Amino acid sequence: MNWSRTLTVARTDVKQLVLAKDFWMPMGILGSIFFVIVPLVLLFSITSLGDVEAVQNIANTLEVLPQKAQDQIKGDTPQGRTSYALAVFLFAPMAVVVPLTISTAVGAATLVGERERGTGEFLAHSPAATKEIYLGKLLASLLPGYFTTMVGFTAYSLIVNLIVGPEVGGWFFPTTQWWLLMLWVLPGFLLIGLSLVLRLSGKVKSTAAAQQASGLITLPLIAVSYAQASGAIYGTPTTTIVIGAIAWSIGITSTWRGMGAVKRQRLLGVADGV
Amino acid sequence: MAMASGTRASGTVASGCDFAADMSRVSSQPAPPAVSLRGINKSFNEVPALIGLDVIAPDGQITVLLGPNGAGKTTAIRIVTGAMTPDAGTVRTLGLDPEADGEEVRRACGVVSAKPALYDRLSGNDNLRYAAELHGVDKRIIDDRIWAAAGRFGIEHALDAQVGGYSTGMKTRLALARSVLHEPQLLLFDEPTSGLDPESAQAVLQLIRDMTSDGHTVVMCTHHLVEAEGLADHVVVLDAGNDLVAGKPADLIHQFWPDDSVEIAVEGDSSLADLHDLTVLAGVVRTESSKHGVRVILDSPDVTPDVVDALVRAGHRIRMVNPHEPTLEELYFAVRRSARDLGEATNEEVMS
Repeated sequence: MNWSRTLTVARTDVKQLVLAKDFWMPMGILGSIFFVIVPLVLLFSITSLGDVEAVQNIANTLEVLPQKAQDQIKGDTPQGRTSYALAVFLFAPMAVVVPLTISTAVGAATLVGERERGTGEFLAHSPAATKEIYLGKLLASLLPGYFTTMVGFTAYSLIVNLIVGPEVGGWFFPTTQWWLLMLWVLPGFLLIGLSLVLRLSGKVKSTAAAQQASGLITLPLIAVSYAQASGAIYGTPTTTIVIGAIAWSIGITSTWRGMGAVKRQRLLGVADGV
Repeated sequence: MAMASGTRASGTVASGCDFAADMSRVSSQPAPPAVSLRGINKSFNEVPALIGLDVIAPDGQITVLLGPNGAGKTTAIRIVTGAMTPDAGTVRTLGLDPEADGEEVRRACGVVSAKPALYDRLSGNDNLRYAAELHGVDKRIIDDRIWAAAGRFGIEHALDAQVGGYSTGMKTRLALARSVLHEPQLLLFDEPTSGLDPESAQAVLQLIRDMTSDGHTVVMCTHHLVEAEGLADHVVVLDAGNDLVAGKPADLIHQFWPDDSVEIAVEGDSSLADLHDLTVLAGVVRTESSKHGVRVILDSPDVTPDVVDALVRAGHRIRMVNPHEPTLEELYFAVRRSARDLGEATNEEVMS
């Protein structure tokens, strides 16, 4: 295993994505919607409305949250408690949806795309081992989604602190749970998703087929990730660490098994009639 | 299986107590071939692509795989680097088994595929850097290597431009530059001139010729017979996944046309029959109709003046006397014709 070659494959793929406006513009728009526009509108509306009936009603619904979560909510006013709950609890799953959507879109096209463009022939004749190609492609698919999410997360943190902070006595975000979610749980889920999507990308006949099939995999995975991300935020740090550890274990096992998905013959587009 | 074959691997090295004698014996043995494919079978979805293919590419020479589309040339190249695994047979590339020593084999090979297989969004420089890094070229010398390879193929001015904007000829030159960046021992070119205009194709062929003067071994696939003419040190004619003949072009031509011949044309149509009567002359083996008149097969070129003299004395006005030197194109068609005849004869035998 030559890590230098793996990083070369990853770096070259990322460079191609950066050069593709048609890729990063929608990616940026998606991240902006989830991390900037929606939170900005919602949180600003709630904090600006003041102590009106609508905000009271939302504040009342906070009672459905687990007791541990309710205990964490800060703020003395209904709008303060509501906006805090929204910022900390409601948007957590978004942090999982955005990188999974972006990364699986990239991952689905990565191996089959080499074949379609004819560049698979170059890789097939190169000294790079198929495992190195697989891991390089996995890294190159993971990084754009994760990077977009971290940039979005930074923007989100600023928005939350600037809008909700004054209502709850100062800057409070990210909470410990959010740090754990972003740095520990999220990469684990990304790994699971990408290891599966890359396996598909290595086997199907076209990028269109890869996108279709990856949707079938990623939709249930997004649902599970959504639930687990909520659990991670509502629960204790220990729960979050355990959820992350499980995701990493599944992700690493799936990646290990997925390494066999890259076959030189498939890169050439001639294996099994492909 | 080939009807004729070229260099064969020696395989063994002498041993004994007399060191000097051993060395003398070792040095007298021919160099092992750069590529040796023996009895290769390969099928795709049960459709056979290669059937018992034998190919030997001598070290330091240009071997040209000739054949029509679908003959198995590309599959053979892919098997040489280990990018594809044969269903049966033995492969040795630079003395190594590509299946077991794939990384080492591919590190020593430079490949240009039929489509240049370049990354259109990247610049020429990035494409070359990617290849250099994958082949493990020392990072301190990558820039020098890129500049030297690009200069050699005349694309140094376009290195910073996106490859998507390159012309077909420039893409081929970039692919050629990429194939030599890591200084490989073996160069494998699959239809390197496809899609090029005649001038660019000639330039590419000249570059390939230059490369063997540096000691590289080249294996090139083509179905353009004119390209192979004068370029090939060694040819292998393939058809339907099988090698029909292999060897040096001159040897193969001599094998198919062992006698010298001249093509003769005279004025007037009625004289063809007279020309065929030349077989009565000493030294004339036989005559065949040709494009311009008659081809006279001789047992020696010295007989030519006697033939001309006989015709003049018979009252013919000679329009053309042309010593016939068969081309690779003629060889190719003769080989394919002969293979077809052999196939038909075998079928008839089976039927009877």
